[in-house]
Amino acid sequence: MELIRCKDLTIGYEGQAVASGLTFRICEGDYLYILGENGSGKSTLMKTLLGLIAPLSGELVRDPGFSESETGYLPQQTQIQKDFPASVKEVVLSGCLNPSFLKPFLRSAEKKMADESMKRMRVYELKDKCFRDLSGGQQQRVLLARTLCMKKRMLVLDEPVTGLDQETMQDMYRLISDLHKKGITIVMISHDPSAAEKYATHILSFDDGITFETADRYFHREKEEDDGMDH
Amino acid sequence: MGWIIEQLAKYLSFPFVRYALITGVFISLCSSLYGVVLVMKRYSFIGDGLSHVAFGAMALASVLGILEQKMIVILPVTIAAAVFLLRRPQNTKMAGDALIAVMSVGALAAGYLMMNVFNTSGNVSGDVCTSLFGSTSILTLNSFDVTMCVVLSIIASLLFVVLYNKIFAVTFDENYAKASGLNTDACNLIIAVITAVIIVLGMNLVGSLLTSALIVFPVLTSLQLFQSFRSVTVCSAVLSVICSLCGILFSILAGTPVGSTIVAAEIAVFIIFYVAALIRRRA
Repeated sequence: MELIRCKDLTIGYEGQAVASGLTFRICEGDYLYILGENGSGKSTLMKTLLGLIAPLSGELVRDPGFSESETGYLPQQTQIQKDFPASVKEVVLSGCLNPSFLKPFLRSAEKKMADESMKRMRVYELKDKCFRDLSGGQQQRVLLARTLCMKKRMLVLDEPVTGLDQETMQDMYRLISDLHKKGITIVMISHDPSAAEKYATHILSFDDGITFETADRYFHREKEEDDGMDH
Repeated sequence: MGWIIEQLAKYLSFPFVRYALITGVFISLCSSLYGVVLVMKRYSFIGDGLSHVAFGAMALASVLGILEQKMIVILPVTIAAAVFLLRRPQNTKMAGDALIAVMSVGALAAGYLMMNVFNTSGNVSGDVCTSLFGSTSILTLNSFDVTMCVVLSIIASLLFVVLYNKIFAVTFDENYAKASGLNTDACNLIIAVITAVIIVLGMNLVGSLLTSALIVFPVLTSLQLFQSFRSVTVCSAVLSVICSLCGILFSILAGTPVGSTIVAAEIAVFIIFYVAALIRRRA
């Protein structure tokens, strides 16, 4: 099933285009990698997909049966979080937040959802620890647990392995792959093509013009280009 | 000991002493609650910045010849400044502290300049001084001041409790909160307006020096020993109220200036917590 379809999309901030001519679609069960250098517009596209900013022109169609709240989001960590006093439990609970101002408090059902989400991401033992004292990999798992409190059909991850050591990085990739196997659509932003080759089903690349194709075709073409250069 | 109780009983029979205690407690309660948010958002100096803006607005009011109804000018100007500062998204080019510095110094200079050029007030340096230490001393409040302060403080504190989960989400990770459907603009707007009201209220009653201290000290003290948002919030509210109470009572007994006595109490507690944290880390 098609979740999101974009046709000739132009994205950017305050009227200033960052990238244009984006045509692609995201179907249920895809593992889409968005590849590109820093500043190429990957993060802008992600914010547009999440509805944080509006597209400048073009078409962005969301399947009527796919609501915005079914999209989970793993943002890059901010400076503020590095010294913020928050326990793991508090961070995960903030994923159960009801956006309505008429529902100010959390119910016990929501607390239970947070507990289960922490168990799934193997951070339940850390629940009373302070978020800022955790290792990079643990922090990412806590933030994933926050997103997965609510049922999600699509997960958008913004460079989730930045700053992690090799082992933790592979662990993180496996964790995301498991979520994908359970049927969650993955949109991953990255500048690391090596992992894309292993996991991606589709590639949206911002390098040398914008291209959208299946992972097989993308890497086949890349290899041919490399071979061409060798001769 | 008997002498102290006797003295306190004597002073507490005066309404102005009771007024000072009530006002001090309520202002310290709500400023410490919102202080947690402000310090975490890197706006520790907002108390200072906004009270200088309020001073500029007061200068404008006196130039316009409406010093009697100065709140009509001061409150909207200060609220506008707070909204401008706090509603900016987390990742913009000019850092919050730079903006506060520009605004604070700019408003102070503009206000001072206006008062000098138009020469409306006989005592310019005296006006600058009152904006720092409080135009009405906390010991000369009337019942209207006290009622207004108590009502506004209760509203601010209740709003904090009701919005607690949303305030946490918006402070910890604004982008995530926005992506999960929370109206972060509305949240930031509410925080900004209440901050401005607390600061204007505090500036008029106890002075901007004390208001700034009430916003930062309890939070920084609690951060030494506590690890979660809830415990830091509760601890700073409790510390803030206790320090204010002790500071006011001590200043009455010893005849010291109220504002600086409260700040001195907060510094003392900060040092105690800091040393305790050092010892705990060693152990």
